[in-house]
Amino acid sequence: MVDTAALAPAIRRANSKALEILLQGDPVLIDVVPAKDLIPELKEHTILHAGPPIEWDRMCGPMRGAVAGVAVFEGWARDLDEAGVQASKGCFDFHPNHHFSAVGPMTGLTTCSQPLLVVENRAAGNRAYCTVNEGLGKVMRFGGNDESVRDRLAWIRDSLGPALGSALQCCGGIPLRPLVARGLTMGDEMHQRNVACSSLLLRELAPALASAVADHSDLSEMLAFMGSNDQFFLNIAMAMGKSIMDPVRNIEQSTVVTAMTRNGTDFGIRISGLGDEWFTAPVEMPAGLYFPGFSAADANPDMGDSTIVETIGLGGFAMAAAPAVAGFVGAGSVAEAAGITARMREITLGEHPEWTIVSENYQGVPTGIDIRLVVETGIVPTINTGIAHREPGIGQVGAGVVKAPMACFEKALRALGERLGIS
Amino acid sequence: MSVTVNIVRAGVFLDSVVLMQISRELTAIQGVEDAALMMATPANWDILSDAGLLDEDTMAGPGDLLVAVRAQDQAIADSTLQRAAELMERPAQQNNTSQELRPLTLRSACRQLPDANLALISVPGDFAGAEARKALRAGLNVMIFSDNVSLAEEISLKREARDLGLIVMGPDCGTAIIDGVPLAFANVVPRGDIAIVGASGTGIQEVSCLIARAGEGISHAIGVGGRDLTEAVGAISTLTVLDWLERDVATHHIVLIAKPPAPSVVDQITDFIRSSSKSYTVCLVGSDDLALPDNAKLTTTLKDAAAAAVKNSKGLEALPVVQQAPAAGSYVRGLYSGGTLAAEAQVVFLSHRQPVLSNVPVPGAGLFTSERANHIMIDLGDDRFTRGRPHPMIDPAVRDEPICAALSDPDVGAVLLDVVIGFGAHPDPAGHLAGLLDRHGRSGSVVIASVTGTDEDPQVRAKQVSVLERAGVVVAPSNADAAELALAGLKIG
Amino acid sequence: MVSDENDSPAIGRVCAELLQSRPRVINVGLAVFAIDLDAQDVDVVHVDWRPPAGGDEDLARLLSMLAD
Repeated sequence: MVDTAALAPAIRRANSKALEILLQGDPVLIDVVPAKDLIPELKEHTILHAGPPIEWDRMCGPMRGAVAGVAVFEGWARDLDEAGVQASKGCFDFHPNHHFSAVGPMTGLTTCSQPLLVVENRAAGNRAYCTVNEGLGKVMRFGGNDESVRDRLAWIRDSLGPALGSALQCCGGIPLRPLVARGLTMGDEMHQRNVACSSLLLRELAPALASAVADHSDLSEMLAFMGSNDQFFLNIAMAMGKSIMDPVRNIEQSTVVTAMTRNGTDFGIRISGLGDEWFTAPVEMPAGLYFPGFSAADANPDMGDSTIVETIGLGGFAMAAAPAVAGFVGAGSVAEAAGITARMREITLGEHPEWTIVSENYQGVPTGIDIRLVVETGIVPTINTGIAHREPGIGQVGAGVVKAPMACFEKALRALGERLGIS
Repeated sequence: MSVTVNIVRAGVFLDSVVLMQISRELTAIQGVEDAALMMATPANWDILSDAGLLDEDTMAGPGDLLVAVRAQDQAIADSTLQRAAELMERPAQQNNTSQELRPLTLRSACRQLPDANLALISVPGDFAGAEARKALRAGLNVMIFSDNVSLAEEISLKREARDLGLIVMGPDCGTAIIDGVPLAFANVVPRGDIAIVGASGTGIQEVSCLIARAGEGISHAIGVGGRDLTEAVGAISTLTVLDWLERDVATHHIVLIAKPPAPSVVDQITDFIRSSSKSYTVCLVGSDDLALPDNAKLTTTLKDAAAAAVKNSKGLEALPVVQQAPAAGSYVRGLYSGGTLAAEAQVVFLSHRQPVLSNVPVPGAGLFTSERANHIMIDLGDDRFTRGRPHPMIDPAVRDEPICAALSDPDVGAVLLDVVIGFGAHPDPAGHLAGLLDRHGRSGSVVIASVTGTDEDPQVRAKQVSVLERAGVVVAPSNADAAELALAGLKIG
Repeated sequence: MVSDENDSPAIGRVCAELLQSRPRVINVGLAVFAIDLDAQDVDVVHVDWRPPAGGDEDLARLLSMLAD
């Protein structure tokens, strides 16, 4: 017989602990290192992907396109066709980024030779990783895989990555907590909009980068690459999110969400009190605005590990800080944006003490998603996202907003009930 | 042959979201094949090129805004560019979605009103317990308006409240007046030094309004629910509120309106009263079988309770001289929206040794099943009638069909009604009733009613009375008087 | 900031306080009660309540056992 009267206080205590760890997270961007040196399991022919576990036969178009591209990039296949044949024969070993302290945007592929950003959570002592943002347009994270995509990846691997690593080592790392706090006051929400944080980062990094890169034209190219990419900070925000959430995992009886992610086919969440089990449901279609020449008919369903930023209270949860982003689904008014953040406050346990929203009298962003509140209120997390073309090899076609599917949260709640012996 | 037109707005910056919204609007124009507004960065340049939107002569830099249209002909392209210019210059639209977002949960409401001290809960009964429990755990007192809350739930909630130093009012109690503020179904009465503690709403309303009519006032009125004085519940809420009132300097006299209490709780109540420094009126509707200490007086009707509570009860004595048409039938049919008012009418009939049946019988009355050749008092607000339907005080139409049936019944000589006004009640119950009687036409039976309310209520009692009188209804000054009149009419007939 | 519900509930609050000042009300259910209170200048917040878990009884039962 389960003592149900003792459950609520136990859950409350567990969630308090989870929230405390979450809010104390102190992420610092410290290095850029080749993936194989960070993740020993990442051998040749091993590919980490966004979202919960998935095999080739269920992968969506852009993820297949990216797999083919990365296989050619890594030299495992001579061309995209051969890569596709290899993939269908089971030549590649697929695992979620999340199983290796890593995250990746959209398709989110991580392979051995790619350099990874390293974020250290100095409050908990753990580290998390993410690839370097490739820029806008035709890029691998959106399923792009042609020569220009692979050339850029090679340049990141051979030039930019090592230079960033040296610069970060030289300057002793960049604390991200204050940087994000400033970015929020400047209209970023760190998912759809990273223009302020990208600029702030470049400002901090430029002197060290100038010391680290001897050749002026190389340096100029790197500064131009980062300076022209409004989303450069996204991947850093993601590694930051992962480094903050990982220590929140595995707190017995906690109902706090520790990961939300999508692979273009399934949406998956993890709950602190339910270990590393994934609770999945089919991903939904984003609603949004499209680049010229494209429409909703071209869109791939929701994809990427980038929802880790919503999991820590940014992205859709911080919409009130970035009203312009609300325009992807509505008129983009300040009231609409505030409304989205207010709704997220219904499903979260606390507010971040430093990540505040100026227009809301410096109220903190809503943080710590509680599956009980999601199921009770019927309010699912609002996620800001890019939209990939459904076919391989094309890339980004728009941006918008998507809802996390309720079924994940219901499944997780039922599993928690079983685990606590009250189902 | 389609035409592609580009316009460069040098040095103009607009947010990409705004630009995409304008692009979407332009693309929807008849005859436009594609259109885009973009800052002319190299990446965007490629996108526009791939979309076939670039004129090869166009020159622009990353700081320039490029408006690109591909349309069926030049005229459409020109008008589309014109439209683009209008949309770019349109001032930011004020939309009306800025209304304050209502919280969806008690939890977030508490954040909006951190010093809240009371939750008023009127969700369906199946859910009321869960909401009440959340409110208690958030440190709020609770008033449960909802009915159909299980006894087990009520006991559990009241025990939890007691442990937390809080109170649960109700369930199934729609009336409270706290520090002069009427909550849910309550009337606008003057402040005074008389407190009322009642099992249910209409009893409190009737007594508070009669006290007001006698020229005195109310400190607080608290409904504790019809089951609070049962053995199972053990008078938890009644004892809590009596304890609070004992320490309340604004209260000098306390009226306790109750059904006859369980023997196990009688001692607790009488012991409390005996040790109290204040005076009491205990109104046991339907029973005079209770030994009380000297500082308490027992009454069996609401009217008598009000008269006992006030210092001067003259205002409550006068009965109107009524010239009644002889009643055709022999029996009275009472159709009540207030349960305690239905009980009081039974008490009046029994005091005249008139047998009476009811779906909520007081001691001495019979349980109504189907026998119509009797005096019958029906409480239409009983749980059995209200599950899935509005309460007759909110929607008087619920009573229409039984009223018409009674008026057409040759056995019925008088139809007895309560009209309850005040906050929460229908905005014009008298008007509704008058309309019904008008449509039904003349009948052999008289219609006798009382109006529970005050002239300060939103519906204004005096206006309600005059509407009823114009419709041919005999209006008595109180519910007890109405019952007396119904009996008197039958005797005349 | 950790919000209140993560701390222990308000045990021991002086609750006879209910009768000592104008009530400050959270209204859950019929909106008309909030409208009436607002018209009397009483502090009131109306909850736009809907059945928990979209009316799914199993989930609602589970929630009630896991709720704070």
